[in-house]
Amino acid sequence: MGTVGRMAADGFSPSTFSRTWNFGDLPPAERAKFYRETRRPDGTMLREYEIFSIEREIEIAPGMFFPAWTYNGQVPGPTIRAIEGDRIRITFRNLGAHPHSMHFHGWHPPAMDGSAAGQEVQPGETFVYEFDADPFGLHLYHCHTVPLKRHIHKGLYGAFIIDPRTSSGSRPPADEFVMVMNAFDTTFDAENEVYAVNTVANAYMDEPIRVTVGRLVRIYLVNVTEFDPVNSLHLHGMFFDVYRTGTMLAPSERTDTVMLCQGERAILETTFRYPGEFMFHAHQSEFAELGWMGLFRADAATT
Amino acid sequence: MDGSVPRRCGDHVTRRLLLALLPLALLAALLAVIVRSGPAESVRGDNYPPVERLTFQRVTLEPGFIVVNVLNDGPDPVAIAQVQVDEAFWTFTADNGVDLGHLDRTTLRIPYPWVDGDAHLVKVLTSTGTAFEHEISVAVETPTPDARFFGVFTLIGLYVGVIPVMVGLLWFPFLKRLSVRGMDFLLALTVGLLAFLLVDGTHEGFESAGLLPESFQGVVLFTLAAGGAYLLLEGVGAKLRSRRRHAGEGQGGWVLAVLIAVGIGLHNFGEGLAIGSAFALGEATLGTLLIIGFTLHNTTEGLAIVAPLARERERVSVADLAKLGLIGGLPTIAGAWVGGFVYSPVWSVLFLAIGVGAIAQVIGQIVRQMAREGSAARMLATGPVLAGLFAGFAVMYVTGMLVG
Repeated sequence: MGTVGRMAADGFSPSTFSRTWNFGDLPPAERAKFYRETRRPDGTMLREYEIFSIEREIEIAPGMFFPAWTYNGQVPGPTIRAIEGDRIRITFRNLGAHPHSMHFHGWHPPAMDGSAAGQEVQPGETFVYEFDADPFGLHLYHCHTVPLKRHIHKGLYGAFIIDPRTSSGSRPPADEFVMVMNAFDTTFDAENEVYAVNTVANAYMDEPIRVTVGRLVRIYLVNVTEFDPVNSLHLHGMFFDVYRTGTMLAPSERTDTVMLCQGERAILETTFRYPGEFMFHAHQSEFAELGWMGLFRADAATT
Repeated sequence: MDGSVPRRCGDHVTRRLLLALLPLALLAALLAVIVRSGPAESVRGDNYPPVERLTFQRVTLEPGFIVVNVLNDGPDPVAIAQVQVDEAFWTFTADNGVDLGHLDRTTLRIPYPWVDGDAHLVKVLTSTGTAFEHEISVAVETPTPDARFFGVFTLIGLYVGVIPVMVGLLWFPFLKRLSVRGMDFLLALTVGLLAFLLVDGTHEGFESAGLLPESFQGVVLFTLAAGGAYLLLEGVGAKLRSRRRHAGEGQGGWVLAVLIAVGIGLHNFGEGLAIGSAFALGEATLGTLLIIGFTLHNTTEGLAIVAPLARERERVSVADLAKLGLIGGLPTIAGAWVGGFVYSPVWSVLFLAIGVGAIAQVIGQIVRQMAREGSAARMLATGPVLAGLFAGFAVMYVTGMLVG
């Protein structure tokens, strides 16, 4: 079983995406075009982002292309990460042919919601979203222009991580991954043909995620899957702590399977005990076999 | 003067040739302009999605493999990106690559553990994410052309084609002793039987035509083949009749019987094709009832063949009767072979069409024979004929229920 062939080498890399936030994969000069941070007198940061929406064909399985609507040319959109209390300022330019918006989950005044009639950003126009990062946890952003189903499943979504400020406590250092569970309806019949975590079917089967035995692993898991009521993650041979929405520092559950509805998210923490390959996938077998399946490869720690 | 005549004649030919070629030359120039300027492309623009059409030509099941032959039936190239079986991505190999131009075909071998008797759904996804589906309603291993299956198909052909037609022929001695009114009834019955086959064959033909890739223009193909068969047999009939008339032999009955046998034979070829392919594609479990149905159904075809002979009170040897039976029945076996081993919907449409054309021609022949010199309309309106027509149709309808 599985997909046939390999992805185009110059395209989107799910492996890079999962370890990237605030455009950290770009060289400094390039990065400065999209992300700037300025320390404020109270010790918090002003984080400024340049986000644009644009239509683009993306490869969702080897040789299979989807006419996506994207933030900054990628699906999921760039992961935005701040510390609780930071100021977020996003200059959003709509370079697409349709009205779009950015709707963040988190505390913000209605004017910054991006969902009400009239809050759509028309093609060619710009809007600046500005709000404080609050509360700490794992959130998401997505386009809230109608028809909503289309604007979301076309690819306009991304992860939004807010780390706790030291005064709230902190999470221990860990090997961190962003995983956005998504799916694509390539025939536009309100049923998905391809499921994945971070867009590309079976990507982590072909290129397993490398982790180290004994080192804490943290997964930022977001579900944006359209058309299906829920999605899930199951990890083989292990258990993990679940921090639902990431808004508490104590885990709510220890399990090997977690279920999320659309828009729900959870932070998962675990430590690999044995070296070797560990499969992870949706525990809806259908989703798993339609591409939402991957591998961790744990190596023994080198001293 | 003398020399100018042949030259003028030659000029004439050249001029006529030029006149014939001129429009063709202009047409060629027009085509060249169209190809160069591409008016369709300029209308479609750069971002217009391609028109993708993929048709499943043949799907066969081997142990551990689903083998799918697909044809690009659309105007634009199609690139097959992935295959899903039963809602799961599955690996595959393609013998002719995955990039298909207009009317290119390729065979995908999918190593899928299909389950005997279950249904499976094969979905071919193109580079644009367009999905083309084929449902295998009952998974059964596809027979390979080995001796055993040849034997099985031959046997099925014998059961549903040859034997029933032969049995029907055995009514000949009885029919010969019938009165004229009885004979009229009988010939009308034959027309009724054939009319049923005509309707049935046409319906099935159009249905199969609908399954063909659009480029093959199934309905037109069917109509052309049926019309061709009709005209061809009309010509053959006329030739046979004139030859027998020259030889001074009693004519009408035998010729008509042969024509009916040929028509029924062609129809039975189509029937064999349907049985063989249904068996091969695992789309029908050939139950005993189905075989019984075809057997009863086809016995009446034997009756149709001998009716004109009986009416003309012709003397016919047993060997000749057997010959007629073989003409009518044997094609069933050939059809079953073709259907079982090299089935494609195009064959099905073609043979159904030929069968329909042949039967239409035979109906015309019988009606003409019955009417003799009189009016066909008046002849048809008589009591025994009307009763015969209805009875023939009804018999086919009822026995057809066993098949349906």
